[in-house]
Formats: sequence, C-alpha cells, structure tokens
Amino acid sequence: MFEEPSHFILTVEGLTVSFDGFKAVDGLNLYIAPNECRVIIGPNGAGKTTVLDLICGRTKATGGSVRFRDMELLKMREDQIVHAGVGRKFQTPSVYEDLTVFENLEISYPKGHGVFGALAFRRDAAVRDRIRDIAEQIFLDDSLEKKAGLLSHGQKQWLEIGMLLIQDPQLLMLDEPVAGMSVAERRKTAELLNRIIQDRSVIVIEHDMSFVEDIATRVTVLHQGKLLSEGSLAHVKADPRVAEVYLGH
Amino acid sequence: MRLSFSASDPGLRRQIIGLALLAALLLVALPLGLDAFRLNLFGKYLCFAFVAIGLVLCWGMGGILSLGQGVFFGLGGYAMAMYLKLEASTPEATKIQSTPGIPDFMDWNQLKALPLWWEPFHSLPFTLIAIIALPVAFAFIIGTAMFRRRVGGVYFAIITQAIAAIATILIIGQQGYTGGVNGITDLRTLHGWDIRPDSARVTLYFVCAGLLLLAAVLALFVQRSKLGRILIAMRDQEDRVRFSGYDVAAFKTFVFCLGAVFASVGGAMFTLQVGFMSPTIVGIVPSIEMVIFCAVGGRLSVIGAVYGALLVNLARTSFSESFPELWLFGLGALFIAVVMAFPSGLAGVWVERIEPLLARLLRRKTTTPADPNAPEAPEPAPLTRDAAGRRPGAATLNALSTNPLPATPMTDAAARAAL
Repeated sequence: MFEEPSHFILTVEGLTVSFDGFKAVDGLNLYIAPNECRVIIGPNGAGKTTVLDLICGRTKATGGSVRFRDMELLKMREDQIVHAGVGRKFQTPSVYEDLTVFENLEISYPKGHGVFGALAFRRDAAVRDRIRDIAEQIFLDDSLEKKAGLLSHGQKQWLEIGMLLIQDPQLLMLDEPVAGMSVAERRKTAELLNRIIQDRSVIVIEHDMSFVEDIATRVTVLHQGKLLSEGSLAHVKADPRVAEVYLGH
Repeated sequence: MRLSFSASDPGLRRQIIGLALLAALLLVALPLGLDAFRLNLFGKYLCFAFVAIGLVLCWGMGGILSLGQGVFFGLGGYAMAMYLKLEASTPEATKIQSTPGIPDFMDWNQLKALPLWWEPFHSLPFTLIAIIALPVAFAFIIGTAMFRRRVGGVYFAIITQAIAAIATILIIGQQGYTGGVNGITDLRTLHGWDIRPDSARVTLYFVCAGLLLLAAVLALFVQRSKLGRILIAMRDQEDRVRFSGYDVAAFKTFVFCLGAVFASVGGAMFTLQVGFMSPTIVGIVPSIEMVIFCAVGGRLSVIGAVYGALLVNLARTSFSESFPELWLFGLGALFIAVVMAFPSGLAGVWVERIEPLLARLLRRKTTTPADPNAPEAPEPAPLTRDAAGRRPGAATLNALSTNPLPATPMTDAAARAAL
C-alpha cells in the first residue's frame, strides 16, 4: 500500500462470512479512498453482493473488520450505519410502490427518523425544494405525484438512486444499477452516476464492461469469496487469472 | 395558510367529512333513535371499534397482524373490573362472606385476604393510569422481543394467538385471583356513581363515543403523518426502510403499543357498559373477530373500521338470536367473502362505488336546471378526480384502499384460523 490505511474512507480487512461452513467471503481486504469509484466484478456466486451486505450490516460477518472513517461498522445496527453515511442500493429496485415518488424521496430525507420525529415531521419548503432538486437529477421531476408502482423498471432504479442521493451518503454502494435497462436508460444512468459519484466514494457491482469502463477508478475482481485481482480496468483485463475465471466466458 | 392547504387536500377533506358524519351518527342519530337498552348495545359495539382502529394502524398500514388484541382488550377491561369490584366489595356489602371486604369470588375460593397486586386497584387514578400503562408495557415487551429478532408476518400472528390462549388459560386457572371462567361480575359503582341505571348507561355511551372519536382523530393524525407513510413503506419494503436509516423494530413496537392502548381503552369501556369482564372476551376467537371487524370495515380506513365493528356486531346480535350455532360459520364466510371480493372492505366499496355514484348524481342535479339539454356526458366525478390528482404525501383513505391486498398470506392464515 502506498498510503496509510487511515487515509481510506473504508477499510475492510480479513472480512469473512460463512454460511453453514461455506465461506461466501473469505479473508477479504478492500481499501476505498475518498472520491474513488470502485467497481467489483466477478462471476456469479463470487460473493459480490454478500460483500455489500456485510458492509451495510444486512448480513452479520463471521470475522474481520469493516472500518468506515473511525467507526467499526460490524458492531453497528443497519440504521446506525446509514446515519454514519453509508447508502446502499439493492439489486432489484426496492421502492415503495404504494407511495408516490415524492413520498418515496421524502422517507429518505435525512430528518425525522425517530418514531416521534416522524410524527412531528413537517413538509416544509426546505424539504420540498430538496425533493424537487433530487427529482430533477433522476429525471423524475414530472412524475412526483405518480405512484412508484407505476414507474418503469428503469425509473424505479433511478428513484432508488435518488432515495440514496437525498441522504447524501459519503459512501454509496450500488448493486447492478443498470441491470434490466434499455440502451437509452443505460446511457442516462451512466451520465447520472458520473455526476453523483463526484463528491463521494462509490462501490458498484456491475457486469456491463462498457459501463465499467465509463465509471471505474479501480476494479476489484472477486472469485469464490476471495480477492482475485485489483487495479485499473486495463490491468485487471490483462491478468490471465481474471481471463480464466471471468472474462473468457 | 393552514386552512387553504386543508381545503386543497382532498384526502383531508374526505377524512374530516367522514369524521363529522361519524360524530353525527354516534352523538346525535343513535341517541335520538334508540332506547337506552339498544343504545347500550351500540355502546358495547363501539368498544370493539377501538380495537379495530388500532388494527388499522398495526395491520392495515404496518402489516403487523396481531391475533391477540383480545389480550389488550382484557387488560383494560380487567383493570377497570378490578377497581369496580373492589368498590362493590365493601365490608358491609360482603358481610355474609367468611372474609368480608374481599371480592365474592375470592371468598368462594377460600382466599383469606386480598392479594397484594389487587391493592393498588382501590385507587381510581391508579386504575386509569394502568389502563394505559399496562398494555403499553406488555406490548412493548412483546414487540421488543419479537421485532428486534425480526419475527414478523405469520409467525408474529401465531405467537400473538398463542399469547391470547395463554392469557385465557391463566385467567380461568387462577380462579381465586381472577374470577375464573365467570369473570368479574356484579359491578355496581364507579367512584360512588351507580353505573347500572339507564341514565348512567346513556352517559357512559356518550363517554365511549367521545373517546372513540378522539381515538379516531389520533389514529388519523398518525395515518397522515410521515410515520403513517413509513408504516406503509415498511409493510412493502422493510429492508429499504431499514437501509434508509430507520430503526424498523422501534416503529413496529410503537404502532403495536398504540394499538394495544386503543384496545385497552375499549376494554375498560366495555366493562363499564356491560357490567362485567370475563375471559370469553380475551381469547383466540374474540381476538380473531376483532381482526374481522377491521377487515370488513376496511383495513386501511380508520373510519371504515368503526363501521365494520358496528355492523358485524349488529349482525351478530340479530343473527345469533335466531341461529346461535350458525353465527361463527357466518362470520367466517363473511371474512372470506370480504377478503376475496372487497379487500378494502366497506371503505373501499364506499370510495370506489358509492362516492363516484353520489358525485354523479349531485352533478346531474346541479347541471340539469341550468342547462336541461346538456348531454349526460360521462365526466369524471369531482371526487374521483380529486383522488387521482391528490397532493403528494397525503396518505388518503381512498388512494390506499384502492390498492390490492399486499399481505395475502397473512390474511389467508387469518381466514384459516377464523374457520
């Protein structure tokens, strides 16, 4: 390593999780610098999604450590991890279909997150402005009053990205953000992601190589829960082990 | 400013109209139209409406199906009954007992002194606080234990049902302390005021109706707050809510506690109006019936739930007078029919069918005199249009009740259990 570990915004060391003896993630080390966009690739079952689950607390780790700034995330509850500044987008679009786009964004607005805070929450001008602003960024400013269940697949993905943006996380984790999108939607999403990754660190899981090329600072290749290769996309592509397990297919 | 906002919010307007109509029915129409005996019966039905309102928040909005609301109903009912029983058990009134001054059923069970935990119920303030605090504490313990461990859905429903069974067995088994299967009977006065004559029953009816309207206002406030929208979000995408920075278990526990308080207040009013409390209103069957009241009324509509409780109980009274053994089958069939045909209950039927019809009739009436030759254009009714163009965030009755049932497995379970 060229830099001190404390320089990194996220330091993952020796991260391990085993499900009934099967090690889905095995002694993984991962260092994410501020403003870095890291893409994780790897064949199916490599443990990519599990790594994100471990970082955001959805799955409890068996061993290792995940340090975000000065906090040990493995000891924190999911909502505390969110408040620490880690946002997570799921692979399948997870939006509240019975609520409008506006309401979806409002729930993610970083205020009134306690039970009584939520009861007392008022939709003031600051909230409205921020929601309009985010809606514009995610191309949904015309659909604010639409039920989220009526959106197209791609729009739901954007909405979920917007729900994360409104939290303004320092570390954003996206699981296959362009999966199932049309070519046009994909292009717009790449443009959107390129814009929103400017002021924060991002971890993206993605299969689409042209998309990876577009956004990645560095690429990490996972295979069977272990780190196979890491570096620039060109470096990773040139690695014969990577070609063997992944790119060759 | 606030007013203009209200006027432009169709969801709020509908709820205010609904509330006003309900208040007119409960406070004016029923008292004028019914004799004291029938009014007292309706007062009894209203007690179950408290539970139904709580279930709208817990089950309809939050997706937490509790099949043990009878336990909370019983907590409030028994707390009130204990106070009333102690007041009725003066040494003079019980001087023929071998131990005068204790409730009669304790004497029959050879108890020689009042159990220590009965003592505080000599005090009316303590009793009133207990009616709120006991269900909160109990629901908080259950809620924390279950929701922190991520127990939900059908499993939660089964556990609450088991708790209802345990509570009944406990009450029946501990006859000397609880009055056993007969319950606590022969209640007379509340702080010296006789609750048995017709005039007292009418007063109690008005207290009950007033409290119910208050509960409805409170529930509507919760439903319209961001908390209400979080409940819906949680029901549909629990993980997304959790990873948006919410402590999901805390929200579920809160709404479960709130539902428990509503049920408990209903229980206390039941004891006052009916004059006894017994384990038959605590167990599994009454708990499931309470869910049915809510489902029939519309599990997303606070006001609908009140009508659901009233109508099903009214049907029970008239039906079970003629065919007592068929009533439970009828109730089960009703529940299945509602779930299959009208998943949003009466409130859904009102919003989807009756309101557009009314609006169309009103429209025709107002346009006909002005322009008799106007074609009967199938214009969208004003209310429907309001509903479609509603403001963002207004968690309205109608918009929610038009949704399909998201929690069919749970309702299936309830349907099976009801049979």
